[in-house]
Amino acid sequence: MRIAVLGGGPAGLYLAALAMRADPSHDITVIERNPPDATFGWGVVFSEETLGEFREADPKSYEEITESFVRWDAIDVRYRGETVRVGGQAFSAIARKELLGILQRRCAELGVALEFERELTEEDVRGLAGEVDLLVAADGVNSTARRVWGDELGSSIDPRSTRYVWFGTDFGLRAFTFSFRESEHGLFQAHAYPFDATTSTFIVETREEVWQRAGLDRASDEESIAFCEALFAEDLEGHRLLSNRSLWFNFLTVKHDTWHAGNVAFMGDAVHTAHFTIGSGTKLAMEDAISLAGAIERCGGDPARLEQALTYYELERQPAVERLQEAARESQTYFENVDRYAGFEPVQFAFNLLTRSGRIGHGNLALRDPGFVARVDAWFAERARAASGAGAAGQGVSATSPVQTSGERTPPPRRIAPPPMFAPIRLGSVLLPNRAVQAPVSTDAAVDGMPGEAHAGQLAEALTSGAGLVITEMLAVSPEGRTTAGSAGLYLLEHARTWERLLARVRGELSAAGGPPVGVAAQIGHAGRRGSSRPRREGLDRPLAVGNWPLVSASALTYAPWSRFPRELLPEELPGIREAFARAARWAGEAGFDVLEVNMAQGYLLAAFLSPLANERRDAYGGSPEGRLRFPLEVVEAVREAWPADRPLVVRLVAEDRHRRGLSLDEGVTAARALADRGCDVVHVHGGWTVPETRPEYRRFHLVPASDRIRNEAGVPTMVGGRIVTRDDASTILAAGRADLCVLDLPPP
Amino acid sequence: MRVGVGLPGIVPGAEGDVVLEWARRADSGPFSSLGTIDRLAYGNQEAFAMLAAAAAVTSRVRLVTMAVIAPLRPAALLAKEAATVDRLSGGRLVLGLATGARQEDYMVAGVDGRGRGPRFSEQLVAIRSAWEEGTVGPRPAREGGPPILVGGSSGPAFARMARLADGYVHGGGPPRAFANAAARALAAWSEAERPGRPDLWGQAYFTLGDGGTVERGAMYLRDYYAFTGPFAEKIAAGNLTTSQAIVDLYRGYEDAGCDELVLLPTVASLDQVDRLAQVLA
Ligand SMILES: Cc1cc2nc3c(=O)[nH]c(=O)nc-3n(C[C@H](O)[C@H](O)[C@H](O)COP(=O)(O)OP(=O)(O)OC[C@H]3O[C@@H](n4cnc5c(N)ncnc54)[C@H](O)[C@@H]3O)c2cc1C
Repeated sequence: MRIAVLGGGPAGLYLAALAMRADPSHDITVIERNPPDATFGWGVVFSEETLGEFREADPKSYEEITESFVRWDAIDVRYRGETVRVGGQAFSAIARKELLGILQRRCAELGVALEFERELTEEDVRGLAGEVDLLVAADGVNSTARRVWGDELGSSIDPRSTRYVWFGTDFGLRAFTFSFRESEHGLFQAHAYPFDATTSTFIVETREEVWQRAGLDRASDEESIAFCEALFAEDLEGHRLLSNRSLWFNFLTVKHDTWHAGNVAFMGDAVHTAHFTIGSGTKLAMEDAISLAGAIERCGGDPARLEQALTYYELERQPAVERLQEAARESQTYFENVDRYAGFEPVQFAFNLLTRSGRIGHGNLALRDPGFVARVDAWFAERARAASGAGAAGQGVSATSPVQTSGERTPPPRRIAPPPMFAPIRLGSVLLPNRAVQAPVSTDAAVDGMPGEAHAGQLAEALTSGAGLVITEMLAVSPEGRTTAGSAGLYLLEHARTWERLLARVRGELSAAGGPPVGVAAQIGHAGRRGSSRPRREGLDRPLAVGNWPLVSASALTYAPWSRFPRELLPEELPGIREAFARAARWAGEAGFDVLEVNMAQGYLLAAFLSPLANERRDAYGGSPEGRLRFPLEVVEAVREAWPADRPLVVRLVAEDRHRRGLSLDEGVTAARALADRGCDVVHVHGGWTVPETRPEYRRFHLVPASDRIRNEAGVPTMVGGRIVTRDDASTILAAGRADLCVLDLPPP
Repeated sequence: MRVGVGLPGIVPGAEGDVVLEWARRADSGPFSSLGTIDRLAYGNQEAFAMLAAAAAVTSRVRLVTMAVIAPLRPAALLAKEAATVDRLSGGRLVLGLATGARQEDYMVAGVDGRGRGPRFSEQLVAIRSAWEEGTVGPRPAREGGPPILVGGSSGPAFARMARLADGYVHGGGPPRAFANAAARALAAWSEAERPGRPDLWGQAYFTLGDGGTVERGAMYLRDYYAFTGPFAEKIAAGNLTTSQAIVDLYRGYEDAGCDELVLLPTVASLDQVDRLAQVLA
C-alpha cells in the first residue's frame, strides 16, 4: 500500500516503522516540518506496563529505547517545606530527542522514506490524501489534517484554564517530583522528572489569574525563566532552567467521536490528548501506532478493506484512550483547584495527590508502598483519636445510648492502624466506631406515621452490618410532610415513644449478641410537594389513587407534570412548620437517637425553598440566595435549639440542582458555610432531584467532587454516598480528605 | 444470568412461518425469553404484533421488547398493546421502552423529536396509571402490569429509569460498556431511594454459520445502523460470530451483573436459533 504519514513525532515514526516491518512491500513516507535533530520538549515518561507491548511490537526499537531509559520508582511531593516520598511507582523516562532519533533510525533501516523540513498546508494535505491509499495524520495537537477533516470526525477541543511551560534543567532529579510553591501572586506547581543522568524535565503550571498577576503574560523568555528559577530555587538545588522554545500554553484537551475519515486515519495528539500530569501522551501515541499497524496488516494491503480495518483500530483504541482521558480529566481538575488543599498536612496532601485521578486507591497504593500507606493510616487514626478525645469534655450526656460517651472510651494510639474507614470519629458527645454509614430506604410500611416491625427489622439489619452509623428513612415532621401513606413520622408523641422502645430493643439485641455500639440517626424532614405519593416501588411522585392530602411548598409549582399542585405556604404558616421540625428534634432526642439529620435535599420542602427552580416567592423567603436560604436556616436554628447541644446535627443538603437554571455548587458551598455557622456538624452531600428532569452524571463517585469542595472550601465535615461500594473506595475518599463519612451501597448479600 | 433470544422478524424479509417456528424452538430450548427491537422507518416486523404471534405458539418464555420507541405511540395505545400481549401470553410480557435514536422514525411518525425525554417520562406514568385504573382496557394479566424496563445511556435516562421503571435495558456493546451502564443504573436507583434493585438486561447480536452467513449478518447490521454513520461498522465488528465469542460475552455480562442477556439474530433462518441453542447447551 502507498502510505503517507504526516508528522514525524513518536506516533508517526513508530507507525511507519511497525507497518514497514510487517510488510516491506509498503511504500511509506513520513513528512515532517522540522529538521531531524530539532526536537522540542524534553523527556517523556513511561510506566512499566506499556513497555511489554513495545517489546512485542518491535524488539529492536524496544531494546534501544529501554537501554536509554533512566528508571526510578519514587514520587516526591514537596509541599509546605516537607518532602513526602512514595515508592513503588516504576517509572522510566527518555529524552524526546533520543526517542525520536531511535525511531528515525529504525524507519530508515526498514526502508521508510523520511522527508524532513517539509511543512504541509491544508491544501497539500487534502491533495496528498487523494494520491495515497492511506494517509496517517500524526501531526500533533495543532494538527493541520484535523482542520481539514475535523467536522467529519466530530472534534471537541477544550482549552483548559491553567498555564504551563515546559522547561528542562541540567541535573538529574532522584524522583518524579511534584513541588508546590507559594508566590506572592499565588500558588505555582512544578512537575519534574529526570530523563537522563544529567537532565530533567521541569514543567511549571499555575492558574491563569496567578500567571497574569505575576506579569508572566508580558514577560520575555528570560524573565519567565528568572521568575521560575527564583521560585523553585530549592527544588533546582542551584541549577538552571533551560528553555527550548518554552512558551506558556493553555493545555488543549482534544477528543473525537471518530478517528478516521475515508482513507485518512488519525492518531496520537492529533486526535486525543490527555493532560501531561498523567504523563501518557507519548505512550498513547505509540500504542495507537501498534494498533493501527495491526489494522493495516489485517487488511492485507487491500485498500477496499481499509474501512473495516480502521474501524477495528478505533474499537481497540478508543475505550483505552477514553479511560485515560477520564483519569486525565480528574488529574487536571485536581491541579486546577489544588489551592483548596492548602490547609492539608503533607501526608494527606500527598495521598490526595496520588489518588487524584481515581486510578489508584488506598489498597492499590498499599501494594506499591506499604510504608507510606501505613503512615497515612497511622496519621489518620492518630488524628481521629486526638479529635475523639478533644470533644469528650462535654457533660450532660444522656445515657440512653452506648455510643454517647464522656471520653474514657477513647482508644490509645496505635502503630498498626486500621484503614481510614475503620477510624472512629467523634461528633459532639457521640463517638462513632467507624466512618461507614448505612442509610436504608423507606419500606413504606408505616401506618399513620407509626413505625412497626418492618422498621425494627430494617434497623436491626443495618445495625449489624458493621457500619458505624445508621440513618433512618426520612421521618415526617407532620402528617402532610409524609412522602407516601406509608412514610414513618415523628409528629405524634406516640411515634417518639414507639421509636424509643424500638431503638432500645434493637440495641439490646445487638449488645446481647456482642455487637459493638453503633450510632443511630433520626432523619427528619417534610416532603413538601413530593408528598402524598404512591409507594416507591410503583414509581416516584405519582399521586395516591385515593386519600390524597393537600400539598404545600415554597411556591405553587408542581414537582412533576404528573404530580399534584402544592399550595404556596403563607409567611404566617412558616413558624408552624419550623416548630414541627423543632418538636421532632426534641422527641428524637428523647427517644434516644444519637444523631439528628435534617433533610434539605431530594426536592423535599426545605430543598424547594433553597432552589430557584422551586422557589418563586416574592417575600423575604425567596428571590436572592440569602432569601431562599432564610427559611431552611430558621429551621436549622430552631432544631439546633431543640436537639441536645452535645449531640451532632447533620444536614442532608442539595449541593447543586444539576440544572442550568438551578442551584450551582457555588451556592451549595455558601449554604454549607451558613449551616456550619448555625451549628450543623456534618453536611451530608446530595445533588439533584429538586425537579425531575435534570442532567445528572452517574460517574463513579459522582457526589465526591461536591463533597470535596464543601469540606475543603466551606470547612465543614462531610458525609457522602453515591455508589461507594467497597471499603477500599471509602478509605481512599476519607484518607484523601474528600469526606469524613461514607454512605456505602453494599451489594446484596 | 438468564439468556434469551431475539425473534427473526427483526430482520427485514423474515417469513412468518420462520418467526413462529423459531419461537416454538426457543420455547423448548435453553432460552428464558424472546425479544424484539423496534423501528418504524425500517423493514422489521412490528414489535407487539410479533410478540402476540409468539405468545400464541409458546407457553414458557417471557416476551420482551428491547426496546419500543415510546414517544412514537400515544401512551394509551402503548398501554393497550402491552396489556393485550400480556393477557395473550398469560403475563409473560416485559415492556422495554426507550426514546430511540433515529430521527427518521420520528419523521415518518410525524412526531416531534424535541423534548422527547420529558414526554417519555409522562408516558411511563400514563401507562402505569392506565393499567392500574383500567382507563384503557384490557387490564394486564398481572396486578400492576408487566415489568417496565427503560433504556438509554444519558444521565437523564438513568434517572428516568430509576424514577419510574423496574429495570434497565442496555443497548449493546462489550461487557465493559455494560458494566459501566449497570453501575450508573444502580447509582441512579439508589439515589432515587427505590427499594430493591433494578433488573438489568443486556443484548448482543450474533450470526453463526459459514462465511457467507456471517457476511449477511454484518450487512444487516451495517444497514440497520446506517443512521449512526461510522458507528455502523463498529457495531458490525462487535457481532458475535463464533461460539467462543458468545461464551466470552456471556461470562463478561454475567460478571458485570447482568440479569438477562438477549442475543439478537441478524439472519432470519431457523438454523440460527438451533446453532445458538447448541452453543448455550
Ligand atoms: C508539557 C508536556 C509534557 C509532556 N510530558 C509527557 C510525558 O512525560 N510522557 C508522555 O508520554 N507524554 C508527555 N507529553 C505528551 C507528548 O508530548 C505527546 O502526547 C506526544 O508527543 C504525541 O505524539 P504525536 O506523535 O502524536 O505528536 P507530536 O509529538 O506533537 O508530533 C507531531 C509532529 O508533526 C509535525 N507536524 C505538525 N504539523 C505538521 C505539518 N503541517 N507538516 C509537517 N509536519 C507537521 C510536528 O513538527 C511534530 O514533529 C507531554 C506533553 C506536554 C505538552
